[in-house]
Amino acid sequence: MSLLQLDHISRRFGAIKALTDISIDVAQGELRAIIGPNGAGKTTLFNLISGFFPPSEGKIIFDGSEITAVSPAILVKRGIIRTFQITEIFLDLTVYENLRVAAETAMGLNLVPFMSRARRQAIESKVDELLDLVKIGGKADRIAGELSHGDQRVVEVGIALSRQPKLLLLDEPTAGMGDEETHHMTGLIRSLNKDQKITILFIEHDMNIVFGVADRITVLDNGTMLAEGNAAEIAANPRVQAAYLGQEA
Amino acid sequence: MSDISSIAPRDASATKPTRAMPTSRTGLIILAVMLITLPFWISYVGGYTDLASRVLIYALAGMGLNLLLGFTGGLSFGHAAYFGLGSYGVGLMLKYETHSTLLALLVGTIVGGLAATLLGPIAVRRRGIYFSMITIAIGQMFFFIAVRWNALTGGEDGLAGFSRQPIAGIPLGSNNLYYLILIFFGLGAAVLWTILNAPLGHTFVAIRENRKRLTFLGINVDRYIAISFSISGFIVALAGGLNALLDNFTSPDNLKYTLSGNLLIIAVLGGMRNFWGPLAGALVFILVQDYVSNITRNWMTVIGLIFIVSVMYFPKGILGFFGRRSRS
Repeated sequence: MSLLQLDHISRRFGAIKALTDISIDVAQGELRAIIGPNGAGKTTLFNLISGFFPPSEGKIIFDGSEITAVSPAILVKRGIIRTFQITEIFLDLTVYENLRVAAETAMGLNLVPFMSRARRQAIESKVDELLDLVKIGGKADRIAGELSHGDQRVVEVGIALSRQPKLLLLDEPTAGMGDEETHHMTGLIRSLNKDQKITILFIEHDMNIVFGVADRITVLDNGTMLAEGNAAEIAANPRVQAAYLGQEA
Repeated sequence: MSDISSIAPRDASATKPTRAMPTSRTGLIILAVMLITLPFWISYVGGYTDLASRVLIYALAGMGLNLLLGFTGGLSFGHAAYFGLGSYGVGLMLKYETHSTLLALLVGTIVGGLAATLLGPIAVRRRGIYFSMITIAIGQMFFFIAVRWNALTGGEDGLAGFSRQPIAGIPLGSNNLYYLILIFFGLGAAVLWTILNAPLGHTFVAIRENRKRLTFLGINVDRYIAISFSISGFIVALAGGLNALLDNFTSPDNLKYTLSGNLLIIAVLGGMRNFWGPLAGALVFILVQDYVSNITRNWMTVIGLIFIVSVMYFPKGILGFFGRRSRS
């Protein structure tokens, strides 16, 4: 069953065609990578799915209903959660405080002006759950802004998970990371998909990661869809080799 | 929280971080004891009780403003409006309507707080400097109303002809008034502390830290800034009302943008990321005002110099400088 369907989507900015006639079908439980050279339209695609702006043409269907012009705030509540290319976390707060405000938001408690013991415990157990999920419990009391770039991205994924996403959109989750951090992040992505059964769509530049992690791969180039398939099919696709892999390798 | 515990790995039994307000229980008890016994020793250190009352009032106003400024990230240049409305509310009630000091204080606080509740949502529709400009404009509106509406407010001469009345037969001399102010200071601080330790306060701080992130968790950020603005207005109005009781007088100066600026100086000087920062700021501000104004009318120059040095060398304020936390 498909969770997300993009039906002949196009997006123009004035005279510029950012995306042209894209149709993508993401199945429930899939781990899908979006690759393509700079300017291929990958982030534009994420902005369309997460409701930053609507497509110029075409329909987006999520979880059985059309979401083509639905606002980001409502999509968040329906279960589409994204991270950003530039990490968006609460830099001056501890990791724990970052996840706590996310948990409180997910639990709909933001207006609560005093903390009862029962409520504190409910919040704490939710935060502990998130800390375990992204495996950053050991750094819970560190100020987020003092963490490495990789750990900050892990915190961001933790914040995203607080909303119990049905569809998680990760915009270049390993960009700028060292080998060890990359390894941690890809392990996390895989475990969220396999163990937590979260459908994940991620943008990635590193071919090794894409081929190693993704179930299926969609290749964009210049705003159009170049190819789609599993790692072996993509690697063997001559158009992909010409447009993308050739330059990279 | 100490540096050591902030880098130590966290185990399940560890106390949860309350880093937003790093005040130890011991420190709080020492502060409480000092404030409660203050009338008995203040004269030995060259002060007087009314001066301490003034410090508490400005500290309360600074802490109220700081909920919006330091903890929500909204720079208001117009909080004198709510201070002044609180003081005029108290003054007019005592002059024309009631002999109950507490009722007058309640009305003054509600008038100022309601004004902030109604006007906050207008200001929060703009961001950054435009938000600040709107808060100034709103504040000055009340200043000019007070100046022009001579018949009711006494115009530029201010509102006199009222005095604080005994509460339950107890007359409010300097010492008793100090304790009344201390009680309301404690209540105000308790309200702010409770909010900042609850999800509402966590949401305010998260807005200060990253509006975009919170928006994309599904939060209507403007609404929460307006709530912070409103609570902040109520606290500042309470302080203004207490100030009217202390002086048995109020004037348009209590509505003027210079007072808004002074409240900001108090918060920033003391440390606006620190819960008790405005208390330290008010202490310095009021003491300098009191002592230096005996020597020269240009006492504001001294405040200005202290402020410049503070912002340049201790940007986290007095308490931020003396605080043990490192955040490099």
